[in-house]
Amino acid sequence: MKRIYAIEAWCVDCKRCEVACKTFHSKSRNTVKALKAEFPPPQNRIRVEGGRQLSIAVNCRHCAAPKCVEGCVSGAMTKDPVTGVVSTNPEKCVGCRTCVSMCPFGCVRIEETFPKAVAFKCDLCGDVLGQPGEPSCVTACPNNALIYIESEG
Amino acid sequence: MPRCDATHTPPREGAVRIPSGCAISGIMDKSGARHDGTDILKSIALMHDRSNGLGGGFAAYGIYPEYKELYAFHIMYENQEARKATEAYLDAHFMCEKQERIPTEPVRSIVNPPDIWRYFLGPHPVKLSMSGQDEAEYTMLHVFHINAVIPGAFVASSGKNMGAFKGVGYPEDIGSFYRIADYQAWLWTAHGRFPTNTPGWWGGAHPFTLLNWSVVHNGEISSYDTNRRYVEQYDYECTLQTDTEVITYLFDLLARRHGFSQEMAAHIMTAPAWDKIDAMEPSRAAFETALRNVYSSALINGPMSVLLGSDEGLLALNDRLKLRALMVGEKGSMVYLASEQAAIEVVCPDIENVRSIDGGVPFVVQLDEVAARKAQESAENTFCDLCRPAQLVGVVPQASKKAESMRATGGQRADAKWAEGGQNHA
Amino acid sequence: MLDYLLPRYKVLREDDLCVKCGVCERSCANDVHTLDEEMDAFLIDHKKCVNCQRCVVMCPTGALAITNWPQVGNGSNNWTLAAMQEIAKQSQTGGVLLTSMGNPKPFPIYWDHLLLNASQVTNPSIDPLREPMETRVFLGARPEALKVNEREHLVKTPMPPQIKLDVPVMFSAMSFGSISLNAQKSLAMAAQELGTYFNTGEGGLHKDLERFGAHAVVQVASGRFGVDTHYLNAGAMIEIKIGQGAKPGIGGHLPGEKINAEVSRTRMIPEGTDAISPAPHHDIYSIEDLRQLIFSLKEACRYQKPVAVKIAAVHNVAAIASGMVRAGADVVVLDGFRGGTGAAPTRIRDNVGIPIELALAAVDRRLREESIRSQASLVVAGTIRSSADIVKAVALGADAVYCASGPLIALGCHQCQDCASGKCNWGIATQRPELTKRLNPEIGAQRVINLVKAWNHEVQEMMGGMGINAIDSLKGNRLMLRGVGLNEKELDILGVKHAGE
Repeated sequence: MKRIYAIEAWCVDCKRCEVACKTFHSKSRNTVKALKAEFPPPQNRIRVEGGRQLSIAVNCRHCAAPKCVEGCVSGAMTKDPVTGVVSTNPEKCVGCRTCVSMCPFGCVRIEETFPKAVAFKCDLCGDVLGQPGEPSCVTACPNNALIYIESEG
Repeated sequence: MPRCDATHTPPREGAVRIPSGCAISGIMDKSGARHDGTDILKSIALMHDRSNGLGGGFAAYGIYPEYKELYAFHIMYENQEARKATEAYLDAHFMCEKQERIPTEPVRSIVNPPDIWRYFLGPHPVKLSMSGQDEAEYTMLHVFHINAVIPGAFVASSGKNMGAFKGVGYPEDIGSFYRIADYQAWLWTAHGRFPTNTPGWWGGAHPFTLLNWSVVHNGEISSYDTNRRYVEQYDYECTLQTDTEVITYLFDLLARRHGFSQEMAAHIMTAPAWDKIDAMEPSRAAFETALRNVYSSALINGPMSVLLGSDEGLLALNDRLKLRALMVGEKGSMVYLASEQAAIEVVCPDIENVRSIDGGVPFVVQLDEVAARKAQESAENTFCDLCRPAQLVGVVPQASKKAESMRATGGQRADAKWAEGGQNHA
Repeated sequence: MLDYLLPRYKVLREDDLCVKCGVCERSCANDVHTLDEEMDAFLIDHKKCVNCQRCVVMCPTGALAITNWPQVGNGSNNWTLAAMQEIAKQSQTGGVLLTSMGNPKPFPIYWDHLLLNASQVTNPSIDPLREPMETRVFLGARPEALKVNEREHLVKTPMPPQIKLDVPVMFSAMSFGSISLNAQKSLAMAAQELGTYFNTGEGGLHKDLERFGAHAVVQVASGRFGVDTHYLNAGAMIEIKIGQGAKPGIGGHLPGEKINAEVSRTRMIPEGTDAISPAPHHDIYSIEDLRQLIFSLKEACRYQKPVAVKIAAVHNVAAIASGMVRAGADVVVLDGFRGGTGAAPTRIRDNVGIPIELALAAVDRRLREESIRSQASLVVAGTIRSSADIVKAVALGADAVYCASGPLIALGCHQCQDCASGKCNWGIATQRPELTKRLNPEIGAQRVINLVKAWNHEVQEMMGGMGINAIDSLKGNRLMLRGVGLNEKELDILGVKHAGE
């Protein structure tokens, strides 16, 4: 499947990916409206760790045998057998944090949001990719520090 | 300077560059047998619509067998003074065996023709040896001088055993005016001109000639200024600003001075495209690359169809993209070329092997005896007269002299160059 | 001492659009933007802004713009605000004013007074989509005439070494040290892809770039940094740099803070020491010395590579260029007074040298008058801003052009003129790792390739319009140019007619 890879050497800590991710997962898909007016505020799934000297985007690898799915107690976390995308269903999620502790890459977060705290993680932009045919974070990255390429598993 | 329109007369050719379209035609007998001018007249007359009455002319080779060792100068004069000055100049630098008015016949459409003379002459032996130049170079530079300096005089042709007959009018009228049917030649070329604007003048008509070269051309080359500035480095003066003139100089430079065959000279001017060269086997590619490289400024671009006449025969050339029509046909030892097929068929109805000349591929017709001789010769070119044009050498910079002495020696072109000076960096 | 200097720029932030994502803050190496959490607002230090426009480009919502500092001057044409600011700076520091990039003063730009021809009726224009349209150029000396065997198709004259350009533009000299390795690598990759050349400047050739040697011009300048036989043989052509258009007559100074381990190794100087290029080459005090250096270098590469000599366009350029050709230069490079630099004294940059268009016209004419034009190629530099400038330069007589600012702008440079600070936010004129990594050479090379390919398409379109299908026939074809708004003297020097003539 095609996955997003982060390349530390080219990450410049600008966090445009985070903004793009929030926008994509908002109701309006308009950055200004999404970040200034929407409630609950949209959550970014990709996160940049580190600082100016050294930084890298942390993002779900959509593992072949995902630990988060293995650990999920409510059946919210699933891996699509066709696309391979690992995603979480907020309706089913109970916010137990098992997935957070299971993920070896630190790519799942629980955010206190309305109406309850649930897990957030990359869903590869869901059913619809951003433009142009890439996840929105990849498109937003100014330095090819995020790449979207085919890989095994 | 601003000028009132009423007094503004259109500039003559040479002062400006005038684009023109044309008809061209050529007839040659490879055996060297001579034919009168009737056919070429008929051929060019058929293409009447391709000219507009502002220029026509003919070049003929083999017409003066009795003087074939001498240069035949055809000179046009606007007035008596021009003739006097020119003849004085010729007397100073050449030995003249014979001079006469070229016989002409009144033609209704041709008004106010110049006085046209011919001279059979050779370089003054002492002056020639003092000049350090070879005969051809010596003659060429003096022809340049007459055309550039003596007002009202123009050397229409200056080759051996050949001549150009040209003027303002439709080519068929010019042919009758010069009675070209009376001349016997083994090679005839003809030209009818369609300049876009110009008060026609006789010297500006075509063929353009230089020594034994004669060129008729249909087209407007877009590489003109590149080519002009290239040949001007080697002391050719492009006074007419025409394509034909610069093409002639390129042939002279490449074929006479650099010693290439005419075919190779033409090949250089219409060099193969880089993608073709890149596909050649390496040694051939290196050969073509070197030629394009060294003679990059001799490449001709833009529409062109050329007939080059010389004592070797006829060469036809189209530009690389084949932007102008040019047809060829053969019959026995005869070869016919023309802008239109009809102009061939009108003089040779049972013509064989009629075809169009390929773009960028020189089409060469040599006299049988020339072809036989060339086949024996080395295929390596020999440079002739590669020496630099007269360098600016003086004993003292003119600018350092007092004004009076400047006036006393003024008027010489070299002075201006001296005064410009160069700064020393030794 | 209180600093009297005013800010140059003012950052405008549209609060309605700002989502406080902090991209601007993290993008600015000058610390202009700071998100204050207590105020939940941005604090802006306008004085630090150099107008590099990184934040403007990076802002996801387009909330930022930079404008001039709104302070008015007193209306005087003499004591303009800018003139007084320079005095404020010098009275504060006691130093020479330093700046970067090319001469910004409103001197005439002759490119913009030259217009091109196109075919109408009497000859056809050529469609580059249908016909071959050749932009290949060779640089180097060429014999005046060629001896060949016509039957066997063999060249008998030994051909001097030449380099082949598929596009008539090369990237001018910018050293590793003055620009980042990523910037130089971007240019090297682009040069390889485009079939042209980048220039090492006088900073040596980094070992990572040796694989691009076939597309490198290795420069030998007065500091001789990084020069050894290996270096001289690593590139395709050797260039002796005598002068630079932005700062004729003076040398260069790369401060020690930019000499990190990599720069040190490549330049062959100790880490942290200042790299000082003397104003003249101390072994070239005259033209005959130049000849010796040219031939030393030719010896060093066993006459396998052409040797170019680059000078700044100065008043006597035609005579100097003639001397250079006679001294054995295979390529003459002229750099006009609008050419860029990483650092130059402001007064020198703004007041020394002459426009490249006039220098080019004068040199081409002089070399032709002396019948030595074919002995050397002519390359010009110093504000080639577009394909039209290239076409005009070639028509005036250049074989090819050098261009640096254009490709740098493609890489992200916004001509903020602050290269010397070493804080280039675009990762170009800096050696700081957190900044150099902002320029990913994959992206940089692609942008430069796109630019040059686009230019080359435009060159082909313009040539086709003129009825020319090989750039050979454009070279020196001044009849394809007409001047507008030029006086007789200018037209005379340029060797072109006025429009309407």
